[in-house]
Amino acid sequence: MSASLVLILLMAVLYAGGVYLLLGRSMTRMLLGFLLVGNATNLLILIIAGPAGLAPIVADGVEPSEMHDPLPEALILTAIVITFGVSAFLLALIYRSWRIARADVVTSDEADVAVGGAGSSIDDEESTEAEDGSGEDTEFEGRAEAKTS
Amino acid sequence: MTALMNSLIPLVVLLPLIGAAGALVAGRRPRLQVTFSITVLSLVVLTSAALVYLTDQTGGHAVTVGGWSAPFGIVLVVDRLSALMLLISSIVLLCVLVFSVGQGMADGDRETPVSIYHPSYLILAAGVFNAFIAGDLFNLYVSFEILLVASYVLLTLGGTQARIKAGITYIIVSLVSSMLFLASIAMIYGATGTVNIAQLSVRLGELPADIQLVLQLMLLVAFGIKAAVFPLSFWLPDSYPTAPAPVTAVFAGLLTKVGVYAIIRTETILFPGNTLQTVLLVVALLTLVIGILGAVAQSDIKRMLSFTLVSHIGYMIFGIAIGTVAGLGATIYYVIHHITVQTTLFLATGLVERQGGTTALNRLGGLLKASPVIAVLFFVPALNLGGIPPFSGFIGKLGLFEAGAEAPSPLIWVLIGAGALTSLLTLYALMRAWSLAFWRPKREAHEEESPALDRIEEAPEEASDVQETKASPRIMIGATVAMVTVSLALTVFAGPLYSMATRAAQNLEQPADYISLVFPDGGVS
Repeated sequence: MSASLVLILLMAVLYAGGVYLLLGRSMTRMLLGFLLVGNATNLLILIIAGPAGLAPIVADGVEPSEMHDPLPEALILTAIVITFGVSAFLLALIYRSWRIARADVVTSDEADVAVGGAGSSIDDEESTEAEDGSGEDTEFEGRAEAKTS
Repeated sequence: MTALMNSLIPLVVLLPLIGAAGALVAGRRPRLQVTFSITVLSLVVLTSAALVYLTDQTGGHAVTVGGWSAPFGIVLVVDRLSALMLLISSIVLLCVLVFSVGQGMADGDRETPVSIYHPSYLILAAGVFNAFIAGDLFNLYVSFEILLVASYVLLTLGGTQARIKAGITYIIVSLVSSMLFLASIAMIYGATGTVNIAQLSVRLGELPADIQLVLQLMLLVAFGIKAAVFPLSFWLPDSYPTAPAPVTAVFAGLLTKVGVYAIIRTETILFPGNTLQTVLLVVALLTLVIGILGAVAQSDIKRMLSFTLVSHIGYMIFGIAIGTVAGLGATIYYVIHHITVQTTLFLATGLVERQGGTTALNRLGGLLKASPVIAVLFFVPALNLGGIPPFSGFIGKLGLFEAGAEAPSPLIWVLIGAGALTSLLTLYALMRAWSLAFWRPKREAHEEESPALDRIEEAPEEASDVQETKASPRIMIGATVAMVTVSLALTVFAGPLYSMATRAAQNLEQPADYISLVFPDGGVS
């Protein structure tokens, strides 16, 4: 099976960017990361389908090997619809979180912090970051400040 | 018989979906909505019961949706394992629905806004049922998504800050697992050219061993996140306890078991031969021990139960890893037992929360005097989960240990030991919770002198705001009593149930049985 190198590179970049964004604490970044990973997976299915061919179920005189496999595209369509629905729900959650707490970041679990021992350096950094984020309009400004200070 | 099963099998998915639509339309008339959803789920219970009977007679059946024969169309397959899972999950879903109706009536719908709750709940049910009868991997992926999207809505119900925080963790982790599952479906399709499970059972075996290993591991990681297997279980204790009591109960009982079900299918039908036995045994050992140590350290009943949930997934992975008919049979029985008992415990905790105003163990006390009924309703499933004879937990664990002893290796002996230890520690954690919440007098709870509390006293106080205590309506108590009765019935009818589980395991050990359901005329390649 031959596959397009461009598509594979694109998929790799999307996966890398998506995973990087998913690991952040900001909910908006997580949403963007999820969109990238979702599209990377759709590309993976497309690559798996093989090189582009003729439209399937065409007139007589066309060998099946010349046709494109339609099933992966059906799978991609389904996956796109699911990604779309979940993104809408995530956006609603982010909005709700913004309305309630004026925060876009996921804070640490209090029970986990207690088990890990209060006063550890990671813990302090997180709490200041959360405070900064809550005071500013966007979480990104808060993070930038925390870095410069 | 075939025609009957042809019409019964799609009903288990169709009924909840129609019910969800109806419940949405009837959103402004709560009483009609409640009647609607309870009727629908009762019908599913009846259908599943009929399916269990018919499947045990015939060995199973596959429906080709829309008449498109496999491998081109979608097939819905019910074998003994699917039928058993359908029956127990529909019973649990019905009981929890009744419980939540009781709660909604008592609280004036503050905790569970009824107009969204019922449709989401029924869609969750449809997703769970569809996962159990899916005959191809992509359909399994779609049913996971159905149940997950419904569970996102249920988990963040009401949209308080704590729930949104828990919801985000849960959603992101589930999304990663879904993406991994989708990517592995893509790889499997690329390697074999099909997503039909029966056909994959043949074609995957023809692949080179290393490719098989990669595909199998990808599927196991994706399902392992859903089943909360250590080290992929970190999300569960953070996200489950914040949801309303009935939602937590149904999540704890069913959602992780759908993951376990998928792992069973992966390890038997898709990749027979138990090639990953050592990996699975080590993972099971870590899940058992680390999960239960987490449970012992908790000071909140809901968090403690979430950790025991993680821990007991280890037993099921252990049974799958043994890989013999006896091991798988015991696993299936254990899954059924655990769905019932874990749900019952969470429902009982919901009652405790109403009676005591909190689930924090350092605040509760004197509940035995306040409500002896709740004390019994918590005590019986607690003993059951701890594996005290004659309850079903004991039967399941005994079956697992026996199966392990029949296929001995040093690691399996270690696991049998760890399993017994976990069982004792479960009993310790639950009995400590029971004696603190129910047995000690109310005034001691404020003095905090109990020696049992020494170790957990430094726990965070965040969950310990005592809310007003509310009386529990009869309908909630009734639903919990029904669940306790179901868990006792697992002991009373253990003989026929266990032998059916063993027959289901025999089917699983012979992938040819499954293939012949989907391709009755042969011709699979």
